[in-house]
Amino acid sequence: MTDPLSTAQLYLDGITVSFDGFKALNALSLVIEPGELRTIIGPNGAGKTTMMDVITGKTRPDSGTAMFEGRHDLTRLDEPTIANLGIGRKFQKPTVFENLTVEENLELALKDDRRIRHTLFRRLDEEQEAKLERVLAQVGLMRRRTELAGLLSHGQKQWLEIGMLLVHDPRLILLDEPVAGMTDAETAATADLITRLARDRTIVVVEHDMVFVRSLGAKVTVLHEGSVLAEGSIDAVQNHPRVIEVYLGR
Amino acid sequence: MRLIRALVILGLLLVPLMGRAANLPDAELAKLVTGLAGDGFDDKIAAIDALGTSGDARAVAILKALTDGKLAASDDKQMLIEGAGGKFTDAVTGAPVTPGAEPERIHVNNRLRGLIDGALSRLTLYSADPGDRLSAATEALHHPSLGAVPSLDKALATEQDKGVAAALKLARAAGLLQSPDAAVRLAAVDELAASTDSEVRGLLGELVGGHESDPKVIAAAKTALAKIERQLAYIEIGINLFQGLSLGSVLLLAAMGLAVTFGVMGVINMAHGEMIMLGAYTTFVVQEIFRAFLPAGLFDLYLVVSVPAAFLVAGAVGVALERTIIRFLYGRPLETLLATWGISLMLQQLVRSIFGAPNKEVANPSWMTGGFQILGGFTVTWNRLVIIAFGFVVLGALVLVLRRTNLGLHMRAVTQNRKMAAIMGIPTDKVDALTFGLGSGIAGMAGVALSQIGNVSPNLGTIYIIDSFMVVVFGGVGSLVGTLAGAMGLGVVNKFLEPFAGAVLGKILVLVAIIIFIQFRPRGLFALKGRSVEA
Amino acid sequence: MMRRTPLLTGSGWLVFLAAMLVAAVLIPVLATLPPPDSMFRLPAYLVPLFGKYLCYAILALALDLIWGYAGILSLGHGAFFALGGYAMGMYLMRQIGTRGVYGDPILPDFMVFLNWRELPFAWWGFHNFAYAAFMALAVPGALAALFGWFAFRSRVTGVYLSIITQAMTYALLLAFFRNDMGFGGNNGLTDFKEILGYEVQAPSTRLGLYVITAVALGLSFLVCRFVVTTRFGRLLLALRDAESRVRFIGYSTTGAKLFVFVLSALLCGLAGALYVPQVGIINPSEFQPGNSIEVAIWVAVGGRGTLVGAILGALVVNFVKTWLTGAAPELWLFALGALFIVVTLAMPNGILGLVAQAKQWRRTPTAPVAETVHD
Repeated sequence: MTDPLSTAQLYLDGITVSFDGFKALNALSLVIEPGELRTIIGPNGAGKTTMMDVITGKTRPDSGTAMFEGRHDLTRLDEPTIANLGIGRKFQKPTVFENLTVEENLELALKDDRRIRHTLFRRLDEEQEAKLERVLAQVGLMRRRTELAGLLSHGQKQWLEIGMLLVHDPRLILLDEPVAGMTDAETAATADLITRLARDRTIVVVEHDMVFVRSLGAKVTVLHEGSVLAEGSIDAVQNHPRVIEVYLGR
Repeated sequence: MRLIRALVILGLLLVPLMGRAANLPDAELAKLVTGLAGDGFDDKIAAIDALGTSGDARAVAILKALTDGKLAASDDKQMLIEGAGGKFTDAVTGAPVTPGAEPERIHVNNRLRGLIDGALSRLTLYSADPGDRLSAATEALHHPSLGAVPSLDKALATEQDKGVAAALKLARAAGLLQSPDAAVRLAAVDELAASTDSEVRGLLGELVGGHESDPKVIAAAKTALAKIERQLAYIEIGINLFQGLSLGSVLLLAAMGLAVTFGVMGVINMAHGEMIMLGAYTTFVVQEIFRAFLPAGLFDLYLVVSVPAAFLVAGAVGVALERTIIRFLYGRPLETLLATWGISLMLQQLVRSIFGAPNKEVANPSWMTGGFQILGGFTVTWNRLVIIAFGFVVLGALVLVLRRTNLGLHMRAVTQNRKMAAIMGIPTDKVDALTFGLGSGIAGMAGVALSQIGNVSPNLGTIYIIDSFMVVVFGGVGSLVGTLAGAMGLGVVNKFLEPFAGAVLGKILVLVAIIIFIQFRPRGLFALKGRSVEA
Repeated sequence: MMRRTPLLTGSGWLVFLAAMLVAAVLIPVLATLPPPDSMFRLPAYLVPLFGKYLCYAILALALDLIWGYAGILSLGHGAFFALGGYAMGMYLMRQIGTRGVYGDPILPDFMVFLNWRELPFAWWGFHNFAYAAFMALAVPGALAALFGWFAFRSRVTGVYLSIITQAMTYALLLAFFRNDMGFGGNNGLTDFKEILGYEVQAPSTRLGLYVITAVALGLSFLVCRFVVTTRFGRLLLALRDAESRVRFIGYSTTGAKLFVFVLSALLCGLAGALYVPQVGIINPSEFQPGNSIEVAIWVAVGGRGTLVGAILGALVVNFVKTWLTGAAPELWLFALGALFIVVTLAMPNGILGLVAQAKQWRRTPTAPVAETVHD
């Protein structure tokens, strides 16, 4: 048996975060294996977003361990450093840079030297150009590449944001409600894209939409009041008595 | 000191003297006065001394006339005082006299003048006004002499006022330090140890520094000195604290309105200082109206009227600005900052055009002038005290409005979730306007307070705007407790820094400290935490 | 292929060169060649006045770079400008030599007046032009670096940053008013005689300074333009619109902001150093918070996030100011105040925005900011 601390893609143990006495996360522990696709569900206020904040360095936990690939202590690093380690995050509300064009958005997100000198003087090489084109095609925004991102539809912004994740080549992707506000067709296409992406990456999806969660067919973790309530296949979780109680009320 | 003495004497001459100590019989006084015309200086000295200790109120006018060269003797040795227009009166009875021959003026030299000054100040010890007696006693302390002890004793015997009596005792003890008897000196040192006067500290320091030969007295003086130093240090702290609270209350008043407009509404109002300025000018106008149209007896009430007037004027201007300009800029703080800066320029220029650029004087009402002494050197002035109290009253009222009224409830609802508040039927537009009006009105009331401690000028507000923002940011935006703590903290720190660093450098240090502080707690002392803040 | 943004388009270069020709060649020619009574002759007093406007234009450019592009509204840019000015003023003071009222070869008059015996440490080396010029950039740059590092790393943003930069310039205002700071106190530095051996007051020197300022403005524009057309420029826009998002894609926002803040402060220092010999005085009033805010309104009037607009705004507002303070001084503050309000309410993209609306401008790599939602 190997030590999950050193082998897991992401290892959270005993993470506690409190805001003015309210415990947003309460000794949360979670292990994500390399290459795994995991969905996380939970009622509002269960701590899903705070968990992502901790993983990406936005929020410092009061206590607990957060390790990435057994080497990087996420509780000590800031957001840019964590992003450059290979952890990408898509927000619940699509946040693209509205005053930049689609391709400029992607160019900024491209995996590359992030130092100022480089951003001032270096241009894209052919390989990077090719990658950009590929992703543009992948997220279906090829024809709108020179338009301002602010002019895209809601769904297209979501896709652009996913595209920005892809050009950054993260090893772990965190998706916060990726299908919120999408049409059924868009939702299905997104589920398809995520399953494809999951082949060579680790992905954690936070979602409310149970149909979507089911269509991903992945292991499900249920959060409640800042800690893990249940874990398992979607069917096992849906029949779990505590989960039913929490979701349906007493 | 000379000035004070001159003022004391002047006061004594103007006020009809009602001596506290019994006056001498006319004949006795006449005998003393005649001595002034004596041939030798020794006679004159003795006469001056005797007049000084006589406690007779008439002696003051006589000695004064002597120094001015207005005292003369007629051929038959009747002592006369020359009044205005060369008219003579009898020095003792005050009856008009027409001398036959030209009376002979009595000359004094510098040495005599010094003696006369001393005698005059001793006479003041019997003045009817306790204030005069106190300054005379203080004067005696500052120029201690063994010779003055008898008259101090005499004054002490009849003195009723505790403060004056204490000062007299000190002056007496200071005089006794010159006694040849070491035991007397020792007792004097013990008595002086109760003082907190820096003059006493100087006297004792001289003793320790070599003026004293008796080791017992030196030891006692050292102990006394240490005690005085300690007490002076406490007093210094007390003074700094009071002045700090006073400055803090001014900052609190200036910042409280901002705590509403910036803290509650999130509007960066750079014209906030001008709301203060409008309040101060309202006070000025109300004062002028009282002066012009109402009986003088009511004048003291003008300030009471000014408070609501300033609130209404500044509040109305605030509502007007919110409705015409600021409401179009919600959610664009940097633009709001610029637009309100423009408003502030225009308001300043408007007031300058109406009232002129020079400062306007606003008088303290009589119930706010003067002060009272708590300990030696620690005087609390009424205007400062009233402003401190006023600051807390306004804070209390604001808390009540926010916590206990419908307007306060609506305000909080609108700032927390505008859409939801609108859906629930809260008239958000009206609430915005009223909230902004409330903040501006409070600034106007701050202007009333500021008019009482400084000049009123068109750029009054610019002095306070940066400080006000510092207070709100330092205390934590959106927290009234923070605003209170911020204002008082900054006020007190400022005043404690001043003695070491000077006023300007102290202020710079405070600004730098806040800038550094914000680095570590960007959201202030009493910051709200949690997800809503991050959004 | 990714469409690259050129430094300037073909027509852009034409306009740029034409403007440079007018500013750096035509005006000097008009000030010297036509006979003095000719209607084409530019009066001599206008040369330093135009020079002053161009200095203000550099200052506006500096503010536009950080406000228009990176969304940082600094209300302390007047301080960087003044520091650059003081550095140059100190050089000019040292050049007075024995021609001062007291004739002291080393000490400036105000120090002799204060009974100082020797030159304070801060003044060492300022007799050397190269050192003074270096300090005119280094001091504002260092202050910006220090201040910015503290502010940006603890994520002081938006109006909070504006307010503490305002407090910074206010603190400096108070400090420079003090005599014992050693910078001339209330009166500041003035009575300059010569710069690099040339009479400061001489028309030829003024013309020279003017031309140098015009060239400096042109170069500053190109530098800013270069910065905003690179990937770094897009990073700035991204920062302005969604700062936290920029961090999550792996950029150190502290570093990026610090870089552009310091660059901007350097430009201010340059502008201040060019300003002082042309106006002949530098005093603490340059630190007035109001001055810094006024720069923001120049930029807003011209059009934020366009660079050209900043220059345009600085020139237009200052022309009007000169004219109005002469014609009806009591109206100027009303006009300026009204300008603040009108620009923010009615023309958020400034003059260039109005032009763009009128012409249905095709997309240029400018940064329209009007409808940006601040969070």
